Amino acid sequence: MPATHPSPTSAGKTPQSQVRHSQTRPLLMVLVCTLIGAAAQVLIKMGTASLGEHPSMMATMVGIFTIRLLFAGYALYGISTVLLVLALRQGELSLLYPVFTLTYVWVTVLSVIIFHDSMNAFKLAGISTIIAGVAVLGRASRQ
Amino acid sequence: MTTSVASTPISSMIWVIAGSVIGSFGAVFLKMGAERLQLNLRSLATNWRLVVGIVFYLLSSVLFVIGVKHGELSVLYPLVSVGSIWTLLWSKLFLGEDLTKPKFVAVGMILAGCVLLGLGGS
Repeated sequence: MPATHPSPTSAGKTPQSQVRHSQTRPLLMVLVCTLIGAAAQVLIKMGTASLGEHPSMMATMVGIFTIRLLFAGYALYGISTVLLVLALRQGELSLLYPVFTLTYVWVTVLSVIIFHDSMNAFKLAGISTIIAGVAVLGRASRQ
Repeated sequence: MTTSVASTPISSMIWVIAGSVIGSFGAVFLKMGAERLQLNLRSLATNWRLVVGIVFYLLSSVLFVIGVKHGELSVLYPLVSVGSIWTLLWSKLFLGEDLTKPKFVAVGMILAGCVLLGLGGS
């Protein structure tokens, strides 16, 4: 019996801890996550305007289901979470989580395009520095 | 740029920082759950680590919505990105991952980038 039915924990854990997977694929998956996450955040930011000045925790929770923009935003959040979990199956958390910050880069770019926010030297420097930081992780993922 | 800092209440910052801490723990549970992920209903339903991870993740998003409602995104983003530091710590402590030099360098650069983004905020 034990030979044919390994326990769920060992079945799930052994391949992970023994084999060191390439981190490139999980990294690319998280990259897609950040794009979806940025779209989600823009929708949520647009949706929170409908919540009024001082929304209670309850009003916010209900709003997620009743305000179309908020709902769409959280639905996209859901999709990006599923992708994140799939990426984490083989990827290292300490490598993938910092990549998530790319979301802010996309949000900044989207804000310039959609909300006509100004682009300035600080924002450009910030975007470049974050992308360079992610590139460092990208290089590390191949070693 | 100083006006955006002044117009962001302390309470918003606290909501967002709390969200980043909870979110970083959520990420650890998601990772532990993902490692045990098998695509059948029974194991999905009994994967409590995944459930805890998702609940923490949702909770951090709700805190984030509350924080962002009254503050400037440009001030709050650098605070959220501090979550990367917590997550590096937890990855070492709870998951036994190697903290290599590129990871520290990258997180340092990313934090600096977020501060710059904040300074450039309208």
